[in-house]
Parts: sequence; structure tokens; C-alpha cells
Amino acid sequence: MNYELLLQLIINGLIVGTLYGVVAMCFVLIYKSTRVVNFAQGEFLLIGAWTCWAMLVKFELPFYVGFPLTLVFMMIFGVVLQVLVLRPMIGEPIISVIMVTIGLSMFFQGLVTWIFGGYTKAFPTVFATESVNIGGMQIETAYMMSLIVSLVIMIAFYFFFKYSRMGLAMRATAFNQQIAQSLGISVKHVFAAAWAISAVVSALAGVVIGMVNGVSSALSFIGIKVFPVVILGGLDSIVGAIVGGLLIGVLENLAEFFDSQWLQLGNLYNIAPFYALVIILMIKPYGLFGTKDIERI
Amino acid sequence: MGEAVEKVETKESILSINNIEVVYDDVILVLRGISLEVPKGEIVTLLGPNGAGKSTTLKAISGLLKTEDGEVTRGSIHFKGESISNCDPDAVVRRGIFQVMEGRRIIEDMTVIENLRLGAYTRRDRFIKDDIDKVFHYFPRLKERTGMAGYLSGGEQQMLAIGRAVMARPEMILLDEPSMGLSPLLVKEVFSIIRNINQEQGITMLLVEQNANMALHCASYGYVMESGKIALDGPCADLLNNEDMKEFYLSGGDKDRKSFKDLKSYKRRKRWM
Repeated sequence: MNYELLLQLIINGLIVGTLYGVVAMCFVLIYKSTRVVNFAQGEFLLIGAWTCWAMLVKFELPFYVGFPLTLVFMMIFGVVLQVLVLRPMIGEPIISVIMVTIGLSMFFQGLVTWIFGGYTKAFPTVFATESVNIGGMQIETAYMMSLIVSLVIMIAFYFFFKYSRMGLAMRATAFNQQIAQSLGISVKHVFAAAWAISAVVSALAGVVIGMVNGVSSALSFIGIKVFPVVILGGLDSIVGAIVGGLLIGVLENLAEFFDSQWLQLGNLYNIAPFYALVIILMIKPYGLFGTKDIERI
Repeated sequence: MGEAVEKVETKESILSINNIEVVYDDVILVLRGISLEVPKGEIVTLLGPNGAGKSTTLKAISGLLKTEDGEVTRGSIHFKGESISNCDPDAVVRRGIFQVMEGRRIIEDMTVIENLRLGAYTRRDRFIKDDIDKVFHYFPRLKERTGMAGYLSGGEQQMLAIGRAVMARPEMILLDEPSMGLSPLLVKEVFSIIRNINQEQGITMLLVEQNANMALHCASYGYVMESGKIALDGPCADLLNNEDMKEFYLSGGDKDRKSFKDLKSYKRRKRWM
């Protein structure tokens, strides 16, 4: 058995897992505060990554200008999307809202392919060194950065929900909208803020993954992979999203390991999370940290 | 009823409700012409049996009616001279009216401090910390509770709900049955704190209660509602001596009554409206 490969894959799994965790957190944020199941989460990554790519390559802006501009763009994008598309859907049956987000997902896929073409495009290199050596392991600098970015986002989320005025308002809205309104919280603002934050943070993750793998429509696949993550963690738990992300990330890479060592099926890596999804739904439908009474879709 | 309203109007009233009708789901008429006045700085109580429309009246003021598909279809609600009928609930809070909903309704998965800070959501000044200390001064036992608010006892949750209202620095608090589910001793404690807050902070209160005895001793003026209308109103001292009040809402009254056969309240209730 190849222990070195196993260790390397587990570390890869943890790094990818934190990114899954971040995207899942964005998904949970929207679900928790607005009760919308967002099938277009992956497209947020896609749009964010392409926007940043366009800023850096087309407009030739330096990274430290183009990247913040991307985030500002995504914030406005999130708010506009919520106000124009999702706000009129408040009070409609849950299945209609889901259909709308699936529609959005397809629309953005098409739009992005139309504008930027269907080929993978590489990000300009941001880092001078290819990889760093930590404890005898070669880890790519971009991976290192992705890990640090993810951890910073998670810590920022923690402080945001614990101490900020809007964070508390979001938790109150998630707990009970009527109570939130009785406290003077404008639920409309909370909804818009949830979409804005979700879009910005997803874009961040999109840019990070784009740097490693290049930018292409494949990025939006993360949006689908978020489902095993949030089902495992519990649809409405931020902590669950992080734990679920790590578990699915590692699971994926372990599947890759078993596949390459013994099974030779070729693509177990991609399918394993969805096997896990089915099994979790059968034995623990609310996930590890989910609330028991939430609605199933 | 007309003369009573005049009596109140001699004082400046901060909230006046004029002949409002409330309809739920476009068809169910719940309030059928309610008028009432709340003078600035006073405690006014709204009494009546279950289903009379007391809570609906409060929700019509606070705008929370909207969250339950209700609507004020006639009449007007004025707060400090401005119309607030069918305002959004968050706009009403920003104007200075804060409702403490029935059944406490604290946010159970947050701590006491977080609940209190949410009470101050509409404020942007730097005195929020001071006000948290002020709330702990009124409710010392809340200070020792550091866990999730859902684990507090019923009385403590009610105290937290009232404290949260104080945090908003409102001009008026609408209290919906603060005595619900509390032991008699706790009810006394909560009511004396309500009076203290009213006197020390100068916050006007509109108090909905089932515990008529307690409410009438706490408030200065009272309204009695029955099936969507005001049946009776007057200064609390008068209401406490009113024979009908004694019979229906304050235990006792009718000293000559020997057995239940003499209790013809269902008939009298009909005549009353």
C-alpha cells in the first residue's frame, strides 16, 4: 500500500474540503435565512471566477485591484438577483422557488459560455513559487492560499454571526421571521444581505479554484457537490457545512485512492460523494447537525 | 363610553385609534370598530375574554398583522399625530413602538446578551452596553444566565422579552399577556418591574391581560373588549368597582350567590353587548 500517496490524498482532501465547506456555508446561509434552496450556487463561483479573470486578463488590472472589484461586482450582483428574481417569489410554493434557481443556474451557464467561450482559460500566475515544502510534503502554493482563504472566511463568518448587528439579525430571521420583524429588523434587507454575502464568498472560492485548475464551466460542478456536503452536515447548520465539507473532501480523495490502488473504475472520485448522499438520506436524513423539523425537498 | 374618551383627551394622547376594522385573509372580520386613546406616560390596559381581539388590536398597532395576512380596512391609527395604519412592522419599531409578543417569543438559540443586543437593532448609538446594564438592574437574575435563552425558565424568558423591549428605547411598549404561564409570585414581580420601567423610563404602555385584577391595579385606565368591540371603559379605579367587571373578570362580586344556579352570566353577557 502506498502510504505516501494516501497521506497526500488526505491532505488534498482536507484542503479541497475546506473550500467545499466555504461554498456549503454560502448555500446554508441562503437556505437558513431565506428558505431558498439555491441550485445556482455553483454559478456564483463561475461568474466570480470569470469576472476576476476578465478584470486581470482583458482589462489588465493588477490582482490587488481586479480582485476587490470582482467582490464589489458580486455583492451588487447578489443584491440585484435577490431583489429582481427572488423577492417576487416570496410566499410562493417551495417547488416554484427551486425551479427558479434551477432556471437561473442554466441561464448563467449559458450566458457565461456565450461571453467567455467553452474552453478552460488559465489565470495569470499570482504566486512566484510553484509549491512549498511543509514537513516533507510538497504542497502547491495555490492550495496553501486556498486553505488560508477558507480558514479566514470561516473565522470571519464566526465573528460576523456572533457579534455584528446584521449577523445577529440574520440569525433572528432564521429563527423566526415574525419575531425578527417585531424587533424592527427589515426582513427584506436581511434577505438581500444573505444573497450578497453568499455571492461574494462564493466568488472568492471560485477565484481560488480558478487559480488552481483554470476557469471553465466545470467550476459550477462545485455547486452540485455542495449537496452531499450540506445533506451530510445538515441543511441549516453552518458548522455542519464545514464538517460536511471536510468529510466529503476526504471521502472523495479516499475513493480516488481505493480506485487507483485496487478497483480501477476510473471515476469513483466523482461519484463517491453522491453515494454518500443517498446513504445519508436513508439513515440520517437531517444530517449530522441539522434541525429535525426542517422541510425536505 | 363617549364621556370617558373625553376625560382622557384632556391629557395629551400619544396613541389614538379611531374606529378601526381588521380583516384577516380578506374575509374574517376580527375587530369591528375599536377606538381607544393612550395618554403619554401612562399604562393603559386592554382586558377581555379569549378571542375578543386584544392581541389583534396590538398587532394592528405594531404592524405585525401584516405577517399574519391581516389588514386594517377602516379607521385610523395615529402615533404622535402621524398615521401608522398598515405600516411595516420594522418601520413601526423605528417610530418608537415596540411590541412584546404573547408567549415571550425570545430567540431561543441565542444568549441573553445577544437577545438584548437584538432589541437595540434599530439603534446606532454607543450606549447599548449601558442599556444592557440598565436591563440587568431591573432584572438582576438575567445577569447570571450565560447559556442559551431557550433554557431560561418561563419567568426569566418573560423578563428577557421585556428587557429586550427596553433596549430599543421605545416611547411606547405594547405588552401582550406578560403574566401568561407565570406563578402568582412571579406575576407580582413582573408587574412591579413593569410599573418601575414605566415611571423611571417614562415609557408609555398598552397592556393586554387576562389577569384583570393585576392589570387594573397596575394601569391607570382600562378598556374591556368583547367580540371585536369595546364593551366598557373607564379609569381603573372605577372599573375595579364596576359590578359587571367584578362578576366576569374579578373573582368575587355578587356576594349573595349561594350556588351555581344563580350564576346567569351567559345571559347577562348577551345583554352586556
